[in-house]
Amino acid sequence: MTTTPSSPGAAPEGEPLGPEPVSDSPLAGGSQPEAPQQTRTESFLHQVMSSSWVLTLGAVVLAILLGAVLIVATDAEVQATASYFFARPSDFFAAAWRAASEAYIALFQGAIYDSNATSFVRAIRPITETLTIATPLILAGLSIGLGFRAGLFNIGGQGQVILGAIGATWLGFALHLPVGLHLLVALLGAAAGGAIWAGIAGVLKARTGAHEVIVTIMLNNIAGFFVLWLVYTKYFASKTPGVSKPIQSTAMLPKLLPDPFRLHLGFVLALAIAVGVWWLMERSSLGFKLRAVGSNARAARTAGISVAAMTVAAMAISGALSGLAGGTLVLGTEGKLSAAVVGSIGFDAITVALLGRSKPLGTVLAGLLFGALAAGGRLMQTRTGTPLDLVLVLQSFIVLFIAAPPLVRSIFRLPAPGSGKRPTRAKQATVPTEQAGAAA
Amino acid sequence: MRLELRGITKRFGDFTANDSIDLVVEPGQIHAILGENGAGKSTLMNVLYGLYTPEEGEILIDGVPQHFAGPGDAMRAGIGMVHQHFMLVPVFTVTENVVLGQEPMGGPLISTDRARALVRDTASSLGFQIDPDALVGDISVGAQQRVEIVKALSRDARLLILDEPTAVLTPQETDELIEIMRRLAANGTAILFITHKLREIRAVADAITIIRLGRVVGTATPDAPETELASLMVGRSVSLGVDRAPAQPGETILDVAGLVVRDSTGVPVVDDVTLSVARGEILAVAGVQGNGQTELAEAILGLRKPDAGSISFAGRPVADLDVRERLDAGLGYVPEDRSTDGLVGEFSITENLVLDRVGAPPVSRGAALDVGWMRRNATDLVKEFDVRTTSIERAAGTLSGGNQQKVVLARELSRDLSLLVASQPTRGVDVGSIEFLHERIVSERDKGAAVVIVSTELDEVLALGDRIAVMCGGRLVGIVPGGEDRDVLGLMMTGMDPEEARRQASEHRTLLGQADLEAAVEAEAAAAADAGFGWPVGAPQESVAVVVDVDDVPDGPPAADPPDPDPTDVGLPEPGLPELGLPEAGGDATSAAHAADAADQINATDEETQR
Repeated sequence: MTTTPSSPGAAPEGEPLGPEPVSDSPLAGGSQPEAPQQTRTESFLHQVMSSSWVLTLGAVVLAILLGAVLIVATDAEVQATASYFFARPSDFFAAAWRAASEAYIALFQGAIYDSNATSFVRAIRPITETLTIATPLILAGLSIGLGFRAGLFNIGGQGQVILGAIGATWLGFALHLPVGLHLLVALLGAAAGGAIWAGIAGVLKARTGAHEVIVTIMLNNIAGFFVLWLVYTKYFASKTPGVSKPIQSTAMLPKLLPDPFRLHLGFVLALAIAVGVWWLMERSSLGFKLRAVGSNARAARTAGISVAAMTVAAMAISGALSGLAGGTLVLGTEGKLSAAVVGSIGFDAITVALLGRSKPLGTVLAGLLFGALAAGGRLMQTRTGTPLDLVLVLQSFIVLFIAAPPLVRSIFRLPAPGSGKRPTRAKQATVPTEQAGAAA
Repeated sequence: MRLELRGITKRFGDFTANDSIDLVVEPGQIHAILGENGAGKSTLMNVLYGLYTPEEGEILIDGVPQHFAGPGDAMRAGIGMVHQHFMLVPVFTVTENVVLGQEPMGGPLISTDRARALVRDTASSLGFQIDPDALVGDISVGAQQRVEIVKALSRDARLLILDEPTAVLTPQETDELIEIMRRLAANGTAILFITHKLREIRAVADAITIIRLGRVVGTATPDAPETELASLMVGRSVSLGVDRAPAQPGETILDVAGLVVRDSTGVPVVDDVTLSVARGEILAVAGVQGNGQTELAEAILGLRKPDAGSISFAGRPVADLDVRERLDAGLGYVPEDRSTDGLVGEFSITENLVLDRVGAPPVSRGAALDVGWMRRNATDLVKEFDVRTTSIERAAGTLSGGNQQKVVLARELSRDLSLLVASQPTRGVDVGSIEFLHERIVSERDKGAAVVIVSTELDEVLALGDRIAVMCGGRLVGIVPGGEDRDVLGLMMTGMDPEEARRQASEHRTLLGQADLEAAVEAEAAAAADAGFGWPVGAPQESVAVVVDVDDVPDGPPAADPPDPDPTDVGLPEPGLPELGLPEAGGDATSAAHAADAADQINATDEETQR
């Protein structure tokens, strides 16, 4: 090759196309205003502003604000002061501020640090509760996130968590093994339960094209009824109706802190697995293929990657993670199985994954946030009378705003990716059209 | 209308796609914008059409500055655009597509009579007939393009922008399009058309503006020789031909026998195709888009299961091998559509360069990816193939089309191949890179691989094909030796058998075919004065600097008028490279002198931008 320009990386792309030669050109036609160079700070700020993290933060902030509006609107005192608003508006604003701030302060105190508590132990219990509640959320969130990245909508988290809990419980009370081994086997049983349950959907999709959303939802229902039946069977039932035999202590996850704290090893496990998921997706061959299929199945197929095999693998791994979430629930805090024990973790996990953008780090942080909301919500309800449903509303708002990036962008006036700016690493579905334009 | 662009600058972040572009189009003028892929031509047109807002500069129509908030404003101002990728709804009729968005209303209902009449009248004013009720998805590509033109004109366009209009046309259809353009121009419509094909620009344009790397680097009249235009377009002297030694075919690697592939409705899209390719030769499969070539390539890869017939690699039937196994057996595959089938847009360049090699060494060590190796591999390949990017970690989807194609080709050519199947290997790639990629493909052939090139670009087919197979309607119309006459190929692409095609082609020459002939005549004259540069055996000579006077359709060998009287500057003609067809002029020194002369003559700036 001849005099074509230098190797990549030598010239930063920001280098302008040299105004100097053009000004000599007979085509210049008038003065050439020097194109204002974007400084590095500006460029960085711009990229931060248009990154998805800011979007997520914006969504959370907006949700909190709207939650405050709801708190204020439903507070009895505020409603009373509203009746004479025009006579003494300051009363209304004072009452409104008090209502909102008290609720949120209570939320914080229930989630992180209770400054009103009588002892130190009591004061830091909230944060440990947050971490404890977050543990299964993180694992289930990782599960859904991995599925998303492989191109699958795993709505079956609920069913997989249940099957995982069943597996862990059964191995937990049925086997007699020494202390470390029993726990390991129970956890593996949890993972296997979830993997098999999700694998059904994976195989059906790979073989017949049956959409995993439909199949997993159906499997959720089946799992729900299955566990309801199971805990009443002679093999599983204990003296308490609706509750299974207790899991032996050799299988339980050890606590990290003494009573009255509930924080257990599951939290550390969740973090470790988050790292493992990161490694799997970013550094392993399997993860590469999963991401390829999730991002562009046609190109993956043309490149010799088996889309069917990856579908099954993705669902199985995803199921295993959700199963583990169920496992940490029963092996960490519950110690036994009942129909209601899994709560709504399977669906909360979808929200967690969405908020965490399906990446391990984000999922951990999102799981912690949701754990905090759940822990804090209880205290908020007792202290200020704000219903626990507010937490649900906050979660719902967050999902709404995450799912509507353009709305958040226009409220906060964030630039859309690719509009007149150089597109960054493509993350959102809207980017490709702008990329096509930029590539023109 | 008289259109003027003053100092148009368009940036995307740090990247300047258009830099102070000035342009004037007079009413009734056919103005061509010549530039490589990635030079900024399409961006400029999108600015003009209101899809982008320029950071600086003005658009003036008849002297009045315009501000377009979107294509609606541009259309109201009288600008119409026919995009390279048609914006038609295949399940709508021609009429519905034409009036989409501006339906003539009769009360609350659409007045279909008025709509149909509009379509018929506009079409006949352009000199062709079109069936207003035909489904767009059913008509030929050339007809679809005419629908787009009717659509633009029905909105009273006084300036028509055509983006790479001949990309999908046979030489005969190109003639028809040129006829339409001339008619429009005669009526006072200004035409702006974007292309990278030198051959046709000189056949139809009144004025040429050359753009490179976002800036105007020169204006020219159509009598400028192709080498000048090419070097302005590329910024350096360009070897416009592939130095191709004759093929040395060895053992047969690919055997396709009686292949039949049916689509979902049972229609055979590949209809009883039999061909074979040997080591050390390039078989070029020519044909208009959509005649079964795509499906043939997919069947070879294993994406489609044949309904009859067989495919064998080196004598071994591959019916039971899946895609992975065929790739592992030494098949390299470049898909037709790089963005949907060739690359994962969200993945980095590094990752895309190993997309079909993951799972085995050297890309993987056990279960883990060898990231260090991947990065080294990417750095090397990006350098070797001159992929323009700031970083190997950039998402491949953010690269320009040409660079994306280079990534795909780099990936395949970096493997050990015994058979390379490449569909449209240089679609959207800039001229300099086309030259490089063609050379790499030829050297892959010389290393002993069998190569199948599927291409709708006749220039590429002629440049690369040791043998040329033409497909039409799923059938193999014939296999002819490389270097066959362009017009013969054009007729074969419509289904005519080779003998008949040869007979008819000699009677009716198209503009492009005529240009080829003249170039060949030129080349012979020049070669007579020249002393042996390594005349390629077996490759018919085509192209040299040809002065085509726009006003008369050439019907006889015109007077050759090279700007530089030194005949040794006109080097050896090779089978034309995409639309340039001009060989390297002597050595670099003479080329530089040539280019310098060009600068004077064509009023261009001598751009040696180092990026």
